[in-house]
Amino acid sequence: MAESPVVGTQLNLLDHFPEWLKKDERPGFEGYIVPAEHLLEFAHALRDRFGYDLLSSVTGVDYLPEGKMEVVYHALQTTGGPVLNFKVQVDRQNPVVPSVVSIWPGADFQEREAWDLLGIRFEGHPDLRRILMWEGFAGHPLRKDWKEPYFEEEAKPYKSRWPEGHVQRAEDRHPLHDNVDYPAGFDPDSWSPETADDVLYKTYQSIMEGSDSELHTDRMIVNLGPQHPSTHGVFRMVVVLDGETVVDVKPVFGYLHRNHEKIGERCTWLQIMPFTDRLDYISSMSNNFGYALAVERLMGIKPPERAEYIRVMMAELTRIVSHLISIGFLLNDLGAYFTPSLYALEERELILDIFEAVSGSRMMCNYFRFGGVARDLPEGVLDKVKELVFERLPRKIDEFDRYLTRNEIVRVRTEGVGVLTAEQAIALSATGPILRASGVPYDIRRADPYSIYDRFDFDVVVRYHGDVYDRYLVRLEEIRQSIRILQQVVRDIPEGPVQTGKPQWQVRVPAGESYGRVEGPKGELGYYIVSNGKPNPWRYHVRAPSFVNLTSLAQMARGGKVADIVVILGSIDIVLGEVDR
Amino acid sequence: MNGLGIVRGLWVTFKHFILTYIEDIRTGKRRYYSPEGILARTKGDVQGAFTIQYPEEKYPVPEEFRYIPFLVYEEGENGQKNYRCTSCGICAKVCPPQCIWIVRTNDLNTGKPIPAPAEFYIDVDICMNCGLCAEYCPFDAIKMDHDYEIASYNRFTDHIFNKERLGKPLSYYAQIRPQNFAREEAARKAEMEAKAARKAATA
Amino acid sequence: MANEDLQIPGYEIPPEMQGQVAVTTLDRIYNWGRKNSLWPMMFGLACCAIEMIATAASRFDFARFGMEVMRPSPRQADVMIVSGTVTKKMVPQIVRLYNQMPEPKYVVAMGACASGGGPFKEGYNVVSGIDKFIPVDVYIPGCPPTPQALINGLMMLQKKVERESLRTARWYSREPAPAIPVPVLGPDLMDPRRYDEIRAYTLSKRNQQTTEEQTEA
Repeated sequence: MAESPVVGTQLNLLDHFPEWLKKDERPGFEGYIVPAEHLLEFAHALRDRFGYDLLSSVTGVDYLPEGKMEVVYHALQTTGGPVLNFKVQVDRQNPVVPSVVSIWPGADFQEREAWDLLGIRFEGHPDLRRILMWEGFAGHPLRKDWKEPYFEEEAKPYKSRWPEGHVQRAEDRHPLHDNVDYPAGFDPDSWSPETADDVLYKTYQSIMEGSDSELHTDRMIVNLGPQHPSTHGVFRMVVVLDGETVVDVKPVFGYLHRNHEKIGERCTWLQIMPFTDRLDYISSMSNNFGYALAVERLMGIKPPERAEYIRVMMAELTRIVSHLISIGFLLNDLGAYFTPSLYALEERELILDIFEAVSGSRMMCNYFRFGGVARDLPEGVLDKVKELVFERLPRKIDEFDRYLTRNEIVRVRTEGVGVLTAEQAIALSATGPILRASGVPYDIRRADPYSIYDRFDFDVVVRYHGDVYDRYLVRLEEIRQSIRILQQVVRDIPEGPVQTGKPQWQVRVPAGESYGRVEGPKGELGYYIVSNGKPNPWRYHVRAPSFVNLTSLAQMARGGKVADIVVILGSIDIVLGEVDR
Repeated sequence: MNGLGIVRGLWVTFKHFILTYIEDIRTGKRRYYSPEGILARTKGDVQGAFTIQYPEEKYPVPEEFRYIPFLVYEEGENGQKNYRCTSCGICAKVCPPQCIWIVRTNDLNTGKPIPAPAEFYIDVDICMNCGLCAEYCPFDAIKMDHDYEIASYNRFTDHIFNKERLGKPLSYYAQIRPQNFAREEAARKAEMEAKAARKAATA
Repeated sequence: MANEDLQIPGYEIPPEMQGQVAVTTLDRIYNWGRKNSLWPMMFGLACCAIEMIATAASRFDFARFGMEVMRPSPRQADVMIVSGTVTKKMVPQIVRLYNQMPEPKYVVAMGACASGGGPFKEGYNVVSGIDKFIPVDVYIPGCPPTPQALINGLMMLQKKVERESLRTARWYSREPAPAIPVPVLGPDLMDPRRYDEIRAYTLSKRNQQTTEEQTEA
């Protein structure tokens, strides 16, 4: 279990940098505090001397009362082991931190996010634009002193709901009757509407000029999305083309930015649980899992045995659902039209029936609680799971295999397309099937086991070409491994309670920080939470796998054809609810 | 690269296509528009097309299924509605998007709160169907409904449910959630008996 | 069955011709045709879109209602199913798509988010209901509505289509329908129809600030 201190067991970094490295000694906190001027030196050493080659998460925390802004990094070794947590503290008035993009290119989007939402400037970042909100938006919303237009109180529950809860729509409270706010004295006519896209297109100026092909071709910018059938939701790619060849791609996010983190910081600990369902809305159970782990770690509780088994069962069923959808829609993007996705959705429906029977909802399960799960399995569900994992699913996965794997068109379209080498995948912080398809056998269930994954017998699926075809094969094989785990779960599941202690609607979470991570279907799903002992979190951050995995999109697509972009995007398997949060 | 992979793939789709007809011939008329037919099509060993032809057929929702919450009332002798709700406010406090609004009743003479809601609203345009209100209600007064056929033409008049709209009789609850109902009633009875026993012991 | 739908009660058909002839009105037969071939736009925003896909898939299959042709292009679609949270960043595109749809066009707000903001309503980037910008015909509550709830909503839309009349329908009037002005992303979302209100608001906000400063001084 990751309960032991994150670092210090094998390696004491203090010995290597005695002059300026400090341990984070706040109660409940762990890791190191690095002075901003030594960050790059420290990062270099971590990567090259100590083997922390993958930077998992970068985020910021606004410590308003202390007047400080903190940037929190989580790095890991792809050979396994717990994450290393280090922080940089800067003045809140002028938060400037050196960018680590030159060392870990995977920090790119996450640093942009911290700039967008918290206003932390990363010096040396090649393209520091806003990422989730649009260029020109007033303010940095995750700062603690920034208030949304419908602001009511700092934290829920709001006093207006009870005992004098006279119903009122939020828009009726606001002078403009809408969820908007503008700076004082702002005149809408003075606004020039092109700003946001201009800033983006300007970044392409240098590559737009010359074409080096023999034929004289013009370079042009093509926008795919946000309404496009292949983008799996509201996602936009701005592609520079030279003829049909992709010169560069820049994804544009934020079309589904639902302010998950700001809302989360207003919510109580339990209230966040149903919101996590809506992150990666295809795999809500594993979202629940990561969040429950993060909070449980801070509370110092563990669920009872039966609950652990139920959790693993639900997480693995979710992985099957997610991978099935991913495979189905990858084929859809390849032009197989709807048949493979319909077959995938058929199996999904049967698994959703189980989720519905257990949790009450097909997609938004909201099933995990701190120290257990919401309720025991209803009668007959276990038999249904048994039927699926022993009979139907293995047969159907074999059928998928027969149906697609050796299809010549699939192979021609996917082999050698969107290649990502192992070095590139690690540098770009890719996780999950993408990383494993590039030849890095990194699976958190093995590398840093959580819950009871250390008891099960399963293989970490790995492939070595790093192309779209390998990602497909990895997913297909992972479904088989999930079925294998599930077979062991239904064999071993004990009787007993499913919840530690009494169910509580208000939990006490001691002050401190916690990073809970699980191997979600898309990759490493991490929750970074900071508590100050109050009923709601001080900071709640989600390290979304598909958001970070998109960092490698440009690398995979460059030099390929425009038609392949759609396939590459399909192979990354993004869910916009999680990308934009 | 001889096209054999494609042929094998097409064979799979062909089998899928054929299976529906085989299944139809095998099960005959029972397959459609009958409760056992619907049940057979939701089982794990279903073959062929398994479409549930809503609205003629309805997919039976499981007991735990949750949609919009409703308020349980017990029917009095004269047909009055005795809401179980005591307006303790836990549901309003635990609600993640804060869509529950409760006005507590105050005694006209003393001004002290009475355990009954004067007004109770749920804004269904905000409700996320998470079921936390029903899960943490200590009086089994708010439960999650199974009725999903509530589309409307006007949200401004129809989408803030008041106490009348939310109220449903206990018998309805017993019907949609028989197992939960039986369990709760047993617990309730046990508690009553324990209380009576305590009373008898002290008296 | 179709005959019963179309037959107008009150018209006497001679007994020898019953079963061979049906009397109906132009409105009825036209609306009957339209309501059974509503093509939705393939346009998903968020979680609800997955349930929309599930509705189109084999378990629920809304092809049974003549809706199987989901068109990614607004030019070929009749119904826009707004399936998910409408964010400020996305709403200009949604309005543009709506403007590009040919008439007659319908909008179904699927789920709590599209109807009135949903659980994320309090967020700074969320629009409190798509009906702030485009007219909505049917609202389906639920988060997310199950496929059967979505089909129920679509059937309500069919009923609405059935009741329309050629004479009063807006899209046969002489004047073309005015396009809805596309909102602009400024310091916050700006609806061009409401610039005056915004100006008055920001002005009063500034005045308030200056008075506050004066009182402080």
